[in-house]
Amino acid sequence: MTMLGDRQQLAYIASQAADARVNVELETEGMTLNIGPQHPATHGTLRIICRLDGEQVVWAEPSCGYMHRGYEKLTEVRTFPQVTALVNRIDWLGSFANEVPFILAAEKLMGIEAPPRAQVIRTILFELSRIANVGLFLGDLGVQLGAVTPVFLAFRDREYVLNLIESATGGRFHPNFDRIGGLKDDLPAGWIEETRAVMKKLQGFCDQMEDLLFGNEIFLARTKGIGIIPRDVAMQYGLSGANLRASGIDHDLRRDTSLPMAWNKADWKVWTHTDGDAFARCWVRLQETRESCKIVEQLLDVIPSGPIMTKVPKIIKVPEGEAWVATENPLGEMGYYVVSKGDLGPFRVKIRSASFNNMSVTPWLLKGVYVPDVITILASLYFILGDLDR
Amino acid sequence: MSALLAIDMPYWLQTILRVLGGTVAVLLPAGTIVYVFLFKMMSFMQSRLGPMEAGPYGSLQLFAEVGKWLQKEDLYPDRADKFIFKIAPIVVLTSTFLLVAVVPFGPDAWFTNFEAGVFYALAVSSVSVLGILIAGWASANKYSLLGGLRAAGQLIAYELPMVLAVIGVVIQAGSMNFQEIVMAQNAGEIFGWNGIGNPYILTQMVGFIIFMIAVQAELTQTPFDMPIAESELVSGYMTEYSGFRFLMFFIGEFATAGVFSLIAAALFLGGWGIPFAWFGWDSMDSIDNWMNIVGPLIMFTKMMVLSGIIMWVRFSYPRFREDQLQKFAWKVLIPVSLLNIMATAILKVAF
Repeated sequence: MTMLGDRQQLAYIASQAADARVNVELETEGMTLNIGPQHPATHGTLRIICRLDGEQVVWAEPSCGYMHRGYEKLTEVRTFPQVTALVNRIDWLGSFANEVPFILAAEKLMGIEAPPRAQVIRTILFELSRIANVGLFLGDLGVQLGAVTPVFLAFRDREYVLNLIESATGGRFHPNFDRIGGLKDDLPAGWIEETRAVMKKLQGFCDQMEDLLFGNEIFLARTKGIGIIPRDVAMQYGLSGANLRASGIDHDLRRDTSLPMAWNKADWKVWTHTDGDAFARCWVRLQETRESCKIVEQLLDVIPSGPIMTKVPKIIKVPEGEAWVATENPLGEMGYYVVSKGDLGPFRVKIRSASFNNMSVTPWLLKGVYVPDVITILASLYFILGDLDR
Repeated sequence: MSALLAIDMPYWLQTILRVLGGTVAVLLPAGTIVYVFLFKMMSFMQSRLGPMEAGPYGSLQLFAEVGKWLQKEDLYPDRADKFIFKIAPIVVLTSTFLLVAVVPFGPDAWFTNFEAGVFYALAVSSVSVLGILIAGWASANKYSLLGGLRAAGQLIAYELPMVLAVIGVVIQAGSMNFQEIVMAQNAGEIFGWNGIGNPYILTQMVGFIIFMIAVQAELTQTPFDMPIAESELVSGYMTEYSGFRFLMFFIGEFATAGVFSLIAAALFLGGWGIPFAWFGWDSMDSIDNWMNIVGPLIMFTKMMVLSGIIMWVRFSYPRFREDQLQKFAWKVLIPVSLLNIMATAILKVAF
């Protein structure tokens, strides 16, 4: 036993007694419920510490970091082309979208731009990974609310998208396809027709989900008015993506920034919702999936001919400098702050992932809700553990 | 009465036969429901095949599962109340066995022929609440505790509409005896036409719907499965159970679905009978002997239809929240079923 001084010991006892007194005076006997780290609703290893009064949450705090893999540090010992293999494991459901902002940042530092054909194909793959990601969300939402069937339909239809990504890139989950200055390969023959057919199917999937979930009375009762994030709170906590747009803020980096990507070549709409509740977040995501399908369909018609890579040296050295590029990823705003010292690899990379900021609102949001609503709110905020902990 | 089962048998032999029959009447529906609905229908709805390896079309999958569960270690948590923890699944399963005792399968094919059969059935069905509550408490797990308490609140709230829904039938039949309710339905007539008897689903449609909703809640099936709630409470009161004791809960869940479907079939769909006018029967005694064979088959068919509906709802709906469920029970179901009783009583006196 470590030796404590008398004074230390007395102080310790006094502080314990003070805590106990406060508890007796201020609180009825509550229960601390650990939701996670192993819990189906956290789809990974997130722990949410809830103090309950009956079934009501009086205090909640997410405790993240169980899946921290240290990507920011790992990038420092990789060369620039190697980093994409790491970062597409951040948000593992929409992995191609993770590579894009990093590559764009590196290209910005080098002062090059991908050829137009590569830009359009990049955008198509980006949107496909969004569809794969958010499509699964729509099914997963059902599971969180107790309906087992939608998730299987979501897995089925996501498979079509994954097959497309696989046939174009060679990897279902982790394409590692984006290169500084373009893409690794051109599209395979017949891919465009196949993609058109799949987009039709995915539109059908969205309609099906709307019928199955969004028209369901129980679903409405469970999500309407639950977990309302007002406009100002959403901005204060730095939410992004559909969570922000569901609170009525018309903000989409695909439209608002001018990156060398092809979103402006298509005609699409940024959906917002005024309610800011769980239903609004789910609804906005549903509409976004549809818009993504539309973007892909339109971009398939305008793929220009030309090379897939610009001229880049065999051994890529990125000139000294700093660059920040953020894109509207499936989960929200994802950005890379890349600092280069003119070496083969980055000197320092700061990854801003959407889920981490989206998660930060939970202590505020979970106060006073019931335990089932905790699950609804977590599902509707839609985080992915890899994205949360990086 | 006809004479098929009226052979002189010593009491002990009758008892053994009844116990065996009861076991079959509980386990056969449970197994069939699990295979046909849980394995195959659910898979079909979710565009997958379900089990295909064990036996033709996976029909022996259930035996494989049971074998697996039987081999598992009988685990219990360190801080659990061990005795209570161990008897909880037995209590739940006992309620199912007690329930099947009053279900009639034919003119003579019954286990017991109570005068107050309906009353008894509704009473013993709530024994399972006790099992679930003590399972939740004894597990020494916070999720289980929440699940057990939710179950207690929910099952008590849904006893009431169930009882009230059945009262309509009891008023119309003028008896609490299942056999007489079945008789009344099959010997009855609709405005002088006795072609299909008078199954109470026609006159007691409201009661039937309320009864089925209450059954859904009583069985803790989606949309009322908050006590189990895999995505919130990680199976609630069943979290800590493994092996054989989990199997008991599992059998209890599906066997009770089957038995409640049987009861609903007897109360609302005419039970084991076929309209008596078809064969010129007029009383229990005049019914031909072969009904003792055909009756159970008819009951089984009706059970499959009703439990099919229960499972269909289960696989397609999301789940309510506990307070919404209570609101639904107390503000909608109970007033409607009271109105139903009033209307039934008035019409009964009027005609």
